[in-house]
Amino acid sequence: MLAVAGTVPLAHLPVLEGVADLEDGRLRVDGVDLDLDRGTPALLASACAAARVLGRECPHAFLVGDTGPGHGSRLLYAHLVRRLPATPASVLVFHYFLPDVDWHAKVLFAAQSLQPLPRLVADAGFMYAAKMSGQAAEYDLFTPDAGELAFLADERAPHPFYARGFLLAEEARAPELIARAAATGGAARHMLVKGGVDRVARGGEVLHEIDGPVVEALEAMGGTGDTLTGLACALLDSGRDVPEACLLAARANRLAGMLARPTPASHIGEIVARIPEALAQVLASA
Amino acid sequence: MSLMQRMRAWFGKPDQARADRGLLVFENTGEVLRAEAALRKAGLAVSVQGPPPELRTGCDLVVVFALADQLRVLREMKRAGLAPLSAAPAAGPLLEPVSLYLVKDFGDWLMVRAANMKLTVDKRTRVIVNVSGGGCPDVPWLARELTGKTLDAAPRPRDLGHTLCGYALDLAFEEMLRRCSR
Repeated sequence: MLAVAGTVPLAHLPVLEGVADLEDGRLRVDGVDLDLDRGTPALLASACAAARVLGRECPHAFLVGDTGPGHGSRLLYAHLVRRLPATPASVLVFHYFLPDVDWHAKVLFAAQSLQPLPRLVADAGFMYAAKMSGQAAEYDLFTPDAGELAFLADERAPHPFYARGFLLAEEARAPELIARAAATGGAARHMLVKGGVDRVARGGEVLHEIDGPVVEALEAMGGTGDTLTGLACALLDSGRDVPEACLLAARANRLAGMLARPTPASHIGEIVARIPEALAQVLASA
Repeated sequence: MSLMQRMRAWFGKPDQARADRGLLVFENTGEVLRAEAALRKAGLAVSVQGPPPELRTGCDLVVVFALADQLRVLREMKRAGLAPLSAAPAAGPLLEPVSLYLVKDFGDWLMVRAANMKLTVDKRTRVIVNVSGGGCPDVPWLARELTGKTLDAAPRPRDLGHTLCGYALDLAFEEMLRRCSR
């Protein structure tokens, strides 16, 4: 089972838990309809679309409303500490949260109480907390973009906002920054670095580079990193190992982007709608 | 994970204990105490401690806050009429906010990235068409509030956001204003 936890940009949404459903471009969790927009709903929608192609159930979702103050994040952290030990997940994904080192440690402890140990994936605010807490290596996969990679590679930065200037977040320096993140304890065991070229790395070594098809507009669109993470996690849940899941996910996300013919003003629902077709094509040619 | 590692994960490694905290430095102790009261009244969890050696330029106390809340903390300080000498990460008091921007021209659209945040504007209309990147919970909300509005009509991320991601988005917004000024 794939389980995904994160926040939704609504002020008063209580903690929701249940199997996600995707229909006509709307995501439904625990009886509540949610916009895809970006963030954790975009990740869930992508994973749901991919799961159907893979013959798997849609993800089990843990969601809460939070527009930034962190009240919702703290409710969800506490809910996860209670619920994770009884959640038989094979892949656990943590996404948009207000970063909090203490809560992160408690949730990681709860996740690691599961037997067998699920594969652990972190992105967005939860990934920031994992790196800040010095526990990055406990994770199977981080999925940063270029700005986040500079943060992971900077052992002193507590947030991407404070990544030091000498670690320029330039595309061409990604392999060097991946190696630096691994050497300084900022990297998970595997990394899927999103960018003009997507890179899959293990232990600081780049295993795969995916540079086509080129769809430049994807970089400007909110949510394209979330759909990529969702695809990778659905593929992990289907039994593939981490490098293969990331490689196929990057190809499928790019292809979905190409099929949607986006502009920098396009929205993520257009990409999600193309994921089934794109993933089926990628799997057929793999 | 061994029992010791689990204990460490639970309680935090000693050198990581301050990793998600920020510090506000003031000229005098009276301002520290007023800041603490104002932030507590606003619902923020803060404490007052002695400063690390790097920051012993102001008074002998600093306000400690959750670093991710920095944008909201600074807004509350402005509201209370208080001007900290500095706001800095506790784990690296001399670290500076990102000051380098990546700019990408898509023809009719321009994208500016500051740290982990990207803002894209239609150059013909100055309408914000996309916000991407970031990992804090205010990012998807800010994206919703900004997208579809012109640079002149859109609210500033610094006035709505709460977190360092919101702060980075405001830097991208400011750079975009500079580049799209008429």
